[in-house]
Amino acid sequence: LTLDPLIGAISAGNTVVIKPSELAPACSSLLSSTIPLYLDNKAVKIVEGGSDIAQELLQQQWDKIFFTGSPRVGRIVMSAAAKHLTPVTLELGGKCPVILDSYSGSDLKSAVKRIAGGKWGPCAGQACIGIDYLLVQQKLAPVLIESLKRCIKRFYGDNVQNLQSICRIVNKNHFDRICNLLEEPGVAASIIYGGSLDRENLMIEPTILLDPPLDAQIMTEEIFGPLLPIITLDKIEESIDFINARPKPLAIYAFTNDKKLKDRILQETSSGSVTFNDTIIQFICDALPFGGVGQSGFGRYHGKYSFDTFSHEKGVLHRSFFPELEPRYPPWNDFKLEFIRLAYNFDYVGLLLHLLGLRRLFIPNRAR
Amino acid sequence: MENMAEAAVKELRSTVSSGKTKSYEWRISQLKAILKIVTHHENEIIEALRSDLNKPEHEAFIHEIFSVASSCKLALKELRRWMKPQKVKTGMLTFPSSGEIVPEPLGVVLVISTWNYPFLIAVDPVIGAIAAGNAVVLKPSEVAPATSALLSKLLGEYLDTSAVKVIEGAVRETTELLAQKWDKIMYTGNGRVARIVLAAAAKHLTPVILELGGKCPAVVDANINLKVTARRIISGKWGCNNGQTCISPDYILTTKEYAPKVVDALAAELEKFYGKDPLGSNDLSRIVNIHHFDRLEKLMDDEKVSGKIVHGGQRDKTNLKIAPTILLDVEEDSLIMNEEIFGPLLPIVTVNKIEDSFGAINAKGKPLAAYLFTNDKTLKEEFVRSVSAGAIAINETALHFMEVGLPFGGVGESGMGSYHGKFSFDAFSHKKAVLRRGFGGEVSARYPPYAPWKLQLLKALVKGNIIEILRALLGW
Repeated sequence: LTLDPLIGAISAGNTVVIKPSELAPACSSLLSSTIPLYLDNKAVKIVEGGSDIAQELLQQQWDKIFFTGSPRVGRIVMSAAAKHLTPVTLELGGKCPVILDSYSGSDLKSAVKRIAGGKWGPCAGQACIGIDYLLVQQKLAPVLIESLKRCIKRFYGDNVQNLQSICRIVNKNHFDRICNLLEEPGVAASIIYGGSLDRENLMIEPTILLDPPLDAQIMTEEIFGPLLPIITLDKIEESIDFINARPKPLAIYAFTNDKKLKDRILQETSSGSVTFNDTIIQFICDALPFGGVGQSGFGRYHGKYSFDTFSHEKGVLHRSFFPELEPRYPPWNDFKLEFIRLAYNFDYVGLLLHLLGLRRLFIPNRAR
Repeated sequence: MENMAEAAVKELRSTVSSGKTKSYEWRISQLKAILKIVTHHENEIIEALRSDLNKPEHEAFIHEIFSVASSCKLALKELRRWMKPQKVKTGMLTFPSSGEIVPEPLGVVLVISTWNYPFLIAVDPVIGAIAAGNAVVLKPSEVAPATSALLSKLLGEYLDTSAVKVIEGAVRETTELLAQKWDKIMYTGNGRVARIVLAAAAKHLTPVILELGGKCPAVVDANINLKVTARRIISGKWGCNNGQTCISPDYILTTKEYAPKVVDALAAELEKFYGKDPLGSNDLSRIVNIHHFDRLEKLMDDEKVSGKIVHGGQRDKTNLKIAPTILLDVEEDSLIMNEEIFGPLLPIVTVNKIEDSFGAINAKGKPLAAYLFTNDKTLKEEFVRSVSAGAIAINETALHFMEVGLPFGGVGESGMGSYHGKFSFDAFSHKKAVLRRGFGGEVSARYPPYAPWKLQLLKALVKGNIIEILRALLGW
């Protein structure tokens, strides 16, 4: 998330200052020590630091600001940019839902693998395009949950002290934030798998919740962690209204072979992107623009879109000195005005008659 | 208590949720309605522009009525094509898959217009917003009250008022509108108010388009057809609302040697166009109001430049008229060279070599347009390469506005975002990325538990190297 925008900015011919996240200090430090060894220091600079450094940087006049992070800080960035009329790209987040239609057998197994991979695979759920919650028809929920539990055990193990192949929570602040989500009334009671915590190692077990209260924070804020609420519906089509009642997410995932449902999802919901029958993977498809809409951000990048995001597309018109169109110039009169009207309407016959002075024979004078 | 802006947005959101504005039929019906307005009410529009700006009928027709009609016709013709999803070629990494980019409306948008082209700059963005399937609130400029009232009446009569609303007013109404949550805001005007708009938009993370202005320079080289050059400069300056246009040439740069010829050519053509007494010509817009008249007088009477007037300078305060005025050899630190003139005053700045003008232009804020008159191919290339501006026109002024194939918008202080033609449709759309996959082509190496062989295979897949993929699969 630091280097990819940098690639776009450089390919578009800009000079760049990067402020990596202070929440990932080892990476920040590595970038800071490595980039100057390889790149032109006069054009690419890294500035490490926290929000005070960010504030200082935001006071400067930039030609573009590219921000990846939360909507709260996105507002701060955009407000600072407003003072200098600086255009911004905001890559934010949202509650990315996955809709699971009726699958069974090996299709269900594949779907469950992709869902698990899309929830806990990216940074233990701490990803903007990671699955936030799942929507499924009520009668299919039990089979799904069993399949999901088996998958989690296979992928990650089932002992929070000894989880494999999964990230930890980035820091104590976020760990506590996620724990607080579980402590709201009604939420803890809805946990049907996992829920174990290891505060010392900042590990949270992959956790499944079934129908937590919809007004609890876990369902009103982006979770950004390894908790997966499953919301059951009478009919899977209800997922469309459910999603539309909430801010536009960065991605919607839909596992279905039903063409009608696919079309409805595409036409009736709005999100940064939609992926059918998979999760996360749209991120590595460079032909597709990557960006949000509404609360999930604006602007986009990846592939050529990165180049475009950091470019100004300048319109250039070339003309020669000949030919000249007299009626363009004052002093204006009825003849010139009529000429222009006819020319712009591509009325060539009328134009010819007009030039010959014969048009009045065919068409009465315009009423003034 | 709900205020007028809140109520409008609430109604528009409800209309958008119903899906009505998304349909092709609805968009076409609204675009056809706008075309009807322009066709059946041409005289009223011309009258309103006469009242607000004393705009000559010729200008009113070409710049406002024709431009809007043309924009509408293009949208009507191309809309189906614009609405079509664009297929993309997905690569090896997501194989097998298919991808497309689907345009969809942003939702409820706000268009804040301005006074100098009060009909065009109000309706043209509305055409783009409607073509893209949005509901829209238009806030016309109160500085052009006749046009504002006419827009309110005509759009109210012809368009679907549950989706397209005109809200007239001034600062209070605009502030109320800006406090609402919009899915996009488009503002045309000046940098000061643009900052207010952008700050208000930031609270709701609303993307904006800002069409601002700047000091658009016109560089005049030697060895050109000076008569045609002069006519085109005059056309873009005084022929466009008497210089009150964001893309009018603001000032001229030419060599010390050539400057007198430029002045003579301009003076000769000005007389042909507007006569010996330009204050009496009906082919010039007046200055919009007393506030701007006083502002321009102050620029002319600034002691640094008042002695540099070589043509014109006459003024008629009662009728808010200022004659086409040329100033020669103005100093860089004069008022007139440090703010956008937006009026009928044309300073000429002289340089030693014509190439020096590029540096002088780049030392100022990036303008909305930059112009160059030359026959020198190298100079043209260097100009396009090194001068940053919203747009560039070679051997012409302002006309690029009518080329729908070119995006119209600024950079830096002159704004952000662009529109016109398909760019308008894009400006008010969200381009949603869609990836379709099936369950074939499963790569179990994607999933935990992670192991070295899985990583090796994935690395080989990413490289696309068949040999390495085989090796990874076979465990070599």
